[in-house]
Amino acid sequence: MMETGNDPRVWTRFTPAERIGRSIVYIVSAIAIVWSLQTVEIIPEFLYDAPEQTADLFARMWPFDLKFWPVVWSTLVETFHIATLGTILAILLALPLSFLAARNFTANPILRWIAQFIFVSSRSVNSLIWALLFVAIFGPGALAGVFSIAVRSIGFVGKLFGEALEEAHQGPIEALTATGAPRAAILLKGYWPQAEPAFWSVALLRWDINIRESAVLGLVGAGGIGVALDAALNNLYWDQVGLMLATIFAVVVVTEIVTSFVRSRII
Amino acid sequence: MTRSALQTHATASVLGIRHLRKEYRAGVPVLKDINLDIGAEGLTAIIGPSGTGKSTLIRCINRLVDPTSGEIWFEGQDIAKVQGSGLRHIRRRIGMVFQEYNLVERLSVMENILSGRLGYIPVWRAFLRKFPDADITRAFELLDAVGLGADFATRRADKLSGGQRQRVGIARAIMQDPGLVLADEPTSSLDPKTSVEIMELMAEMSARRGIPIVVNIHNVELAKRFAHRVIGMTGGMVVYDGPPDGLGAHHLAEIYGGEDWQ
Repeated sequence: MMETGNDPRVWTRFTPAERIGRSIVYIVSAIAIVWSLQTVEIIPEFLYDAPEQTADLFARMWPFDLKFWPVVWSTLVETFHIATLGTILAILLALPLSFLAARNFTANPILRWIAQFIFVSSRSVNSLIWALLFVAIFGPGALAGVFSIAVRSIGFVGKLFGEALEEAHQGPIEALTATGAPRAAILLKGYWPQAEPAFWSVALLRWDINIRESAVLGLVGAGGIGVALDAALNNLYWDQVGLMLATIFAVVVVTEIVTSFVRSRII
Repeated sequence: MTRSALQTHATASVLGIRHLRKEYRAGVPVLKDINLDIGAEGLTAIIGPSGTGKSTLIRCINRLVDPTSGEIWFEGQDIAKVQGSGLRHIRRRIGMVFQEYNLVERLSVMENILSGRLGYIPVWRAFLRKFPDADITRAFELLDAVGLGADFATRRADKLSGGQRQRVGIARAIMQDPGLVLADEPTSSLDPKTSVEIMELMAEMSARRGIPIVVNIHNVELAKRFAHRVIGMTGGMVVYDGPPDGLGAHHLAEIYGGEDWQ
């Protein structure tokens, strides 16, 4: 091939085939948006007075019914317990599974597949649905809440921790293998120290999420502040609803701050 | 070759490699029929260009890589054949030093050195960090011997320089109470001065403790300076095996190809 010198060479980011592919994606997306806008069937009258309704709702919430506080506090503590116990239970169940799911630790594809299957089943069902199931099994109350939180969290904790294990450097693992250490010792002194920050980070993040999720579990009878919220909503005690919503909001903000602070210290 | 023949052949031999062959892809041997005997002491250097199978050879010896065929005799057993706990027991007796140190970064220097005992102690002791007193005493002794000293015991491995890490790596290998130490390019990630110090330390460890050390190294000068025996490899074969003084320009030309670089 000859270089002509004054012939400017052209650089393009995409090949013609890539350009056509991208154009098709854009067109299909635009069609999908227009189509869905036509089918949502917004009722204009309801939309127009939405600001009014919202203002009215807030007006009925204020002032908060502070006499209701003892109930809020005790159900809040229960919510906290559900989230924490559920997270601990999930971690205990997910840890062994995450080792089974890690490609570099488990060679057997069937074992890995089983672990992945459990993770997907756990993650694909919302905790409210799990709660409905466990309320049917254990009856209404905190126990059903703990189990639904735990089962919902197994997939999250297991998948993320399993991925952290897969990212462990192989060098130290190779070195410990060369010392003649048994597998359990390699796990303990090779994999665990490398994956430990990720473990705490995942556990705290899930705990944070679980506090939010366990606040609504009571709507289906699985204990916590949601039970009281449900009752207040049904009775139209908006001043109690307002107090609880404000409390939940405050708790979520505080746990968010605490967990992100702790996580930044670990990593 | 039978086992008795091997033992009479080399009474002072610690490691006997017979017809060792390794193919990662069938029909493409990385090692072609390696035969070597490693004596009871001193530092043996294996030199050769990158990709010539030095690292594969050394990893076959402790079975981090499984050989395709051949025998590796060590302490009365064919390492190429052992499996499971038998393999772990043999690995305990072979220390290894790595190019990238391969320390567990988030553990302290002390725990990294004590890791050399993981093959000997029950797992619950490692879990509770209850290492036997004798091991801890020995770890402190080795910490001094590699020139770091007790101050380093509680430091985290990721806070150390390259040279310091390699010293910990050497201490971990010796901690195993090995009958043989393998070192895979132990100086390639270090600056020239530190490289010399690390080679000096390994030669001294080998001489003082009577542990034979086999070192993969591509720095010919370092090999000649510290090894009592140099093995030159190229294309998966041994092409020179003898004292460093005997290694001439024509040997190096054969090992590395060409002469312009010399």
